[in-house]
Amino acid sequence: MTTGHFTSVEDVSARLAETGYLASPAVATTVFLADRLGKPLLVEGPAGVGKTELAKAVAEVAGASLIRLQCYEGVDESRALYEWNHAKQLLRISAGRDETWDEARTDIFGEEFLLPRPLLTAIRGDEPKVLLIDETDKADVEVEGLLLEVLSDFQVTVPELGTITATRRPFVVLTSNASRELSEALRRRCLFLHIGFPDEELECRIVRLKVPGLDAALAESVVRVVGALREMDLRKVPSVAETIDWARTLLALGADTLDETVVRDSLGVLLKHQEDILKASAKLDLDAV
Amino acid sequence: MKAPAASGVPERLTALVQALRSHGIRIGTGETVDAARALEALGLADREYLREGLASALLHGTGQRAVFDPVFDLYFPRGVGVPEPGSGPAPDRDELRDRIAAALAAGDEALLGQLAAEAVNGFGGYGSSPGSDGWSSYQTLDRLRPQTLLARVRASVLAQATDSGFADRLLDDEIRRRIEEFRRQVRTEARRRVAERRGADEIARRGVAPTADRVDFLFAGRAQLAELRRTVQPLARKLATRLAARRRRASRGTIDLRRTLRGSLSTGGVPMRPVLRRRRPVRPELVLLCDVSGSVAGFSDFTMLLVQALHDQFSKVRVFAFVNRIDEVTGLVVRGAADPEGLGARIMAQAALTGWHDSSDYGVSLGEFAERYADAVGPRASVFVLGDARTNRSDPNLPALRRVAERARRVYWLNPEPHTQWGTGDSAALAYAEVVEMHECRNARQLGELVARLLPV
Repeated sequence: MTTGHFTSVEDVSARLAETGYLASPAVATTVFLADRLGKPLLVEGPAGVGKTELAKAVAEVAGASLIRLQCYEGVDESRALYEWNHAKQLLRISAGRDETWDEARTDIFGEEFLLPRPLLTAIRGDEPKVLLIDETDKADVEVEGLLLEVLSDFQVTVPELGTITATRRPFVVLTSNASRELSEALRRRCLFLHIGFPDEELECRIVRLKVPGLDAALAESVVRVVGALREMDLRKVPSVAETIDWARTLLALGADTLDETVVRDSLGVLLKHQEDILKASAKLDLDAV
Repeated sequence: MKAPAASGVPERLTALVQALRSHGIRIGTGETVDAARALEALGLADREYLREGLASALLHGTGQRAVFDPVFDLYFPRGVGVPEPGSGPAPDRDELRDRIAAALAAGDEALLGQLAAEAVNGFGGYGSSPGSDGWSSYQTLDRLRPQTLLARVRASVLAQATDSGFADRLLDDEIRRRIEEFRRQVRTEARRRVAERRGADEIARRGVAPTADRVDFLFAGRAQLAELRRTVQPLARKLATRLAARRRRASRGTIDLRRTLRGSLSTGGVPMRPVLRRRRPVRPELVLLCDVSGSVAGFSDFTMLLVQALHDQFSKVRVFAFVNRIDEVTGLVVRGAADPEGLGARIMAQAALTGWHDSSDYGVSLGEFAERYADAVGPRASVFVLGDARTNRSDPNLPALRRVAERARRVYWLNPEPHTQWGTGDSAALAYAEVVEMHECRNARQLGELVARLLPV
């Protein structure tokens, strides 16, 4: 069963590029396969390389609505799947005082009192949808069990209503920063994609796209310096998001080339720990900060 | 054993899966079927698409990629046989070096791949006949010496650059990286050719390095230890969240009636959600005894790094190091957080660990610990002993360990030697194992699993 948004790998790259998401061959290939095989896509990688952006871009390309489940410690079935609207049910019961129990019961467990949460919303309805399950690793293990049913069969069972099966599969993206090891069972149901830092040429294109005013030569220098920082042994290496921030900063500062002063003054945009800044300045032969 | 070129695509795929499994990557039949569907959807036209597609279907984690890529290269090679048939006799060495230098300067990876193939073809063959007995990446690299091209490449890059700026001070590192990449391509190419001759299965099993977390502590080289160190941080983070979850679960107990009733106001006094009483968490104490003698240095070094990373999970961590005398190194371990590289060396330099000889003596060390640091071990402390239990035929001093075990909450011994070698030669492992629980702990993966299972909540 496919979700049927794309015709080929090249089609994925081209259409994602139109929305401003430049995909590496790895990203384009796995997105194409996830679409073609109808399997969820598990995306891992460091913060700020565009995992969440990927889901947004796919939604935009496919003309689908984006449904987002943000995971956190303590997210549970009623936040992820569905909930009964208790307050409304109580109102309904007190409004109809003289009806029999059987009438009331069949009534208060109907569609009207059901509050669909992201997973149920993603399964119901025929319009194209992209389901983003963000930071899956933050959720407790129990939620993973819940996801297993939804992601393998694309169905949800509500005891009072019966089983609801998707008539049209959503395109599912799960993201994770690997702060907790996801269960083997969940990984098995997904295609796995690791988004690392892009290569130099791709990152240059990304910077030029996101910061249009920036001079081409300067963009190249920026990417090279960031690349060198990533090779160092730092607590937090700069990500693509930081590269873009830095490029914007340089543009705002009106710098047209990189020199020692500019780099020293703006290194804080790239690096978030004082010890990293010291280490990087030593390595880049900057004067003491 | 068939050469990969002789078999069809499904056989190749299953052989690839077999090879990956033999490296400890767990792949089920379902994933193999997915991989086949991916293969069908992508076709064989673009090799890089195919590589990414199969990786996404077969792998479950980032660390496995280091194993996958070389194995993929073996089963789905770039080409078959000698790449350019028209190239004839071995190319001129200097001329090839010129072309490599130009490609390095341009940073053209595809061209470098071709040149790597050409280099192995021209300089890597050994044996008598032109078809030769084998292909050697070592020999190729030894004759070409790409690392000596650095100065030339730098000069030509600088000559082409229109304006030299700040980023040029990074140039040397960049060129070194490109050269390293070229060397990797040469190795891949040589391996591929050997695989053609001897069958890919054998090479895939023997010639591909294991993932970092499966490298044996006792046999890890320098580069592998550095790689292992990089796995510590994520491992520690994972363990920390797992411990937190366990603590949370352990604290779930009786129902807190007052808070349950207060919570029920929104549902008209019906207590829909029971609220559980919170228990005050007790932070456990941890005591570590590490053998840091030369034979197990890689292991203890690595374990201390892990402890360092887990430091904030415990109210009290004390680390002791010994060879044949024992000394407390807690201060060194904690302060050394910024510089993990030199930790082992600093401990050796600054703590009094040896008496009048350099070989390890568990009996004396344990005795000294039980005597001098008895206060370190209390009823809330979990003690981990790390070492191979090879006492150089001296008295193992079991009573000392027994005394420690009586005072502590739990004592575990992690031994980096395989289980089968315990008790052989001068190993007192089996004797110690009767007093305390002993576990085999040979690589980072085992260590991670053990620590997660054994650490107190």
